[in-house]
Amino acid sequence: MIEILAVLGLPVAGALILALIGHRREAPVVNVVVSFLTFAAAGALTARVIAEGPLLVLDRQFFVDPFNVFLVALTAFVGFTTSLFSRPYMRIEREHGRLNAARLRLYHSMYQLFNFTMLLALLTNNLGILWVAMEAATLATVLLVSLYRTPASLEAAWKYFILCGVGLAQALFGTILLYFAAERLLGAGGGALLWTELNGVKGQLEPTVLSLAFVFLLVGYGTKVGLVPLHNWLPDAHAEGPTPVSAVLSGLLLNVALYAVVRCKVLVEGSLHNAFARELMMGFGLLSVVVAAFLLSRQKDIKRMFAYSSIEHMGIITFAFGMGGPIASFAGLLHMTVHSLTKSAIFFAVGHATQKAGTQAMEEIRGLITVSPMIGWGLILGSLAILGMPPFGVFASEFLILTTAMREQPWATPFLLGALGIAFAAVFSRVQPMVFGETTAKRLPYRPAMVPVFVHLAVVLMLGLWIPPFLAEWYRQAARLIG
Amino acid sequence: MTTLPLYAQLINLLAAVLLLLSFAMLAQRRVWSLISLFGAQGLALSVSTAIVAYGTHQPHLYWSAGLTLVLKVMLLPWLLRRLIRQLDVKWDVEGLINIPTTMLIGIVLVVFSFNLALPISQLASTVTRATLGIAMASVMLSCLMMITRRKAIPQVVGFLSMENGLFFAATSATYGMPMVVELGIALDVLVGMLILGVFFFQIREQFDSLDLKHMEKLREGEE
Repeated sequence: MIEILAVLGLPVAGALILALIGHRREAPVVNVVVSFLTFAAAGALTARVIAEGPLLVLDRQFFVDPFNVFLVALTAFVGFTTSLFSRPYMRIEREHGRLNAARLRLYHSMYQLFNFTMLLALLTNNLGILWVAMEAATLATVLLVSLYRTPASLEAAWKYFILCGVGLAQALFGTILLYFAAERLLGAGGGALLWTELNGVKGQLEPTVLSLAFVFLLVGYGTKVGLVPLHNWLPDAHAEGPTPVSAVLSGLLLNVALYAVVRCKVLVEGSLHNAFARELMMGFGLLSVVVAAFLLSRQKDIKRMFAYSSIEHMGIITFAFGMGGPIASFAGLLHMTVHSLTKSAIFFAVGHATQKAGTQAMEEIRGLITVSPMIGWGLILGSLAILGMPPFGVFASEFLILTTAMREQPWATPFLLGALGIAFAAVFSRVQPMVFGETTAKRLPYRPAMVPVFVHLAVVLMLGLWIPPFLAEWYRQAARLIG
Repeated sequence: MTTLPLYAQLINLLAAVLLLLSFAMLAQRRVWSLISLFGAQGLALSVSTAIVAYGTHQPHLYWSAGLTLVLKVMLLPWLLRRLIRQLDVKWDVEGLINIPTTMLIGIVLVVFSFNLALPISQLASTVTRATLGIAMASVMLSCLMMITRRKAIPQVVGFLSMENGLFFAATSATYGMPMVVELGIALDVLVGMLILGVFFFQIREQFDSLDLKHMEKLREGEE
């Protein structure tokens, strides 16, 4: 219990401290230290769960089970490495005159607040608080997306706010409907929104209400996952915000939103006893994969391209959870982990690459490997990993998803394979000349942070070859839960 | 058919008022009047919540009603008006929207919501169940308003009025959400409004206008 309080309390304390001193020179270090402490607390929480099993504490308001424990650790870890990356990145941005001290203070404070909302959304047992945390995450990131105050970034932030605001309002309506169904069984008051309680009585929940609720919840949280056709905000927000924000949006926020969808799916599935929720998720997932692959091949901006790649991967995961079953759900959970690590590593490399080239247009970024081999290798290895090349972890999860699809949903396999092929051709043909070829890049005033990139890629590589037994066991248990 | 108790009739009346106000907002082109209508909607919501609280002896709903009164009737309209005065866009009139067509779409949405809510209303044990359809309709209408408006402030009013519809759904279907959730939602709305206030100034600074037609640069394949 003390661990949960620490995991949630540290980012809040960090946000408050950084709201006061975020403009000073030492602020990036404070940001790193707070993120590291949060990560350490999450590590302690994970160790506790390994030793003692699931937790349900503080008047049943918080819980940790195999499904959210690894996501908490992952969120804290990526939060920490991104803070490492953001230290040199933001200093260079300031040197280039794109930011001033006041904006940096806002950035640091909001970064911690965003971490807090993510962790709260994961740890809370109350579906109402989950909604509140998701909305708060939107609000925190809106300010981060518009940090540069350029016309394009304001437009992106406005679009993000309005679209996700409308989306989350739908999710709130879904939550109200869920509460309405549960209140008749569990009585009024706090109990009827607690996920563990709902999970206990899911067989008796009214199916008509739940199916309607699920539509609203999927559309609502699906907007935040970036599922097509609700994805419009995502490429803009990724391309126009600072790169550390793109990394945490892709690596963490999308995962947490998907987590919310899957939690709701478990309840609906238990009540409906039919394939309604599954088919809906498979449909949205497949549509996202295909549409994102085509749009991806038309991009000229490097961050937009990788944003579309995130939509594609979220589609794959949604499709996997839609298929269900022990193997597909296992693969979905693995894919959530490896996508989050790989995509944030790519954004770290991309961030420094765009700083070197002074532009985000892919045609003008050339020859990274000659001027800075580390960035070049990071980008090319990250791209190969995200495209599903063995022996990286993405290959393992995509392979499992594809083979399951061939067996259970053969009609979907050509779409999946085709989309993956298009994405491969598009991304690889663009990354290759950026990394090799003639150079135009300039020197950076500070040393780029490349350690996080290679740490992430090493973990992804490890997960492709060997999954630690406790993690595999959590995946298996969570897959059973998801069904 | 049994007659409803007085308070239930009052709630139904207020629900009708709420829906009417949603339509009025859809048709209103002046920003200043739009905010008055939004305030009136908040008042109707607050009074109906208080009546539900009185009629069904749910004391925690009084808090919810008070919260709505303070936040949505007083604070938010005041903030919006202050913003408009500072930004000096008082006489901002929306052009380019075809009000009759919008109203027709609105009617279709209401019929759709009533149909959608029908099976659920029949399950509800609360006296206010008939109003669930209305709540859903006002959410849909606010959503429509956000889609059809081209200026920043009407979009935000649409957003806030959607929140009104959602709160009404929560009281009419379930006698309100747990207090902690309601407080969280209210906090989010307030913070969101403050952020938007900051945002308006930034947009103004960059575009010299709150007209969102300037903000259509980010399109596919053109950048």
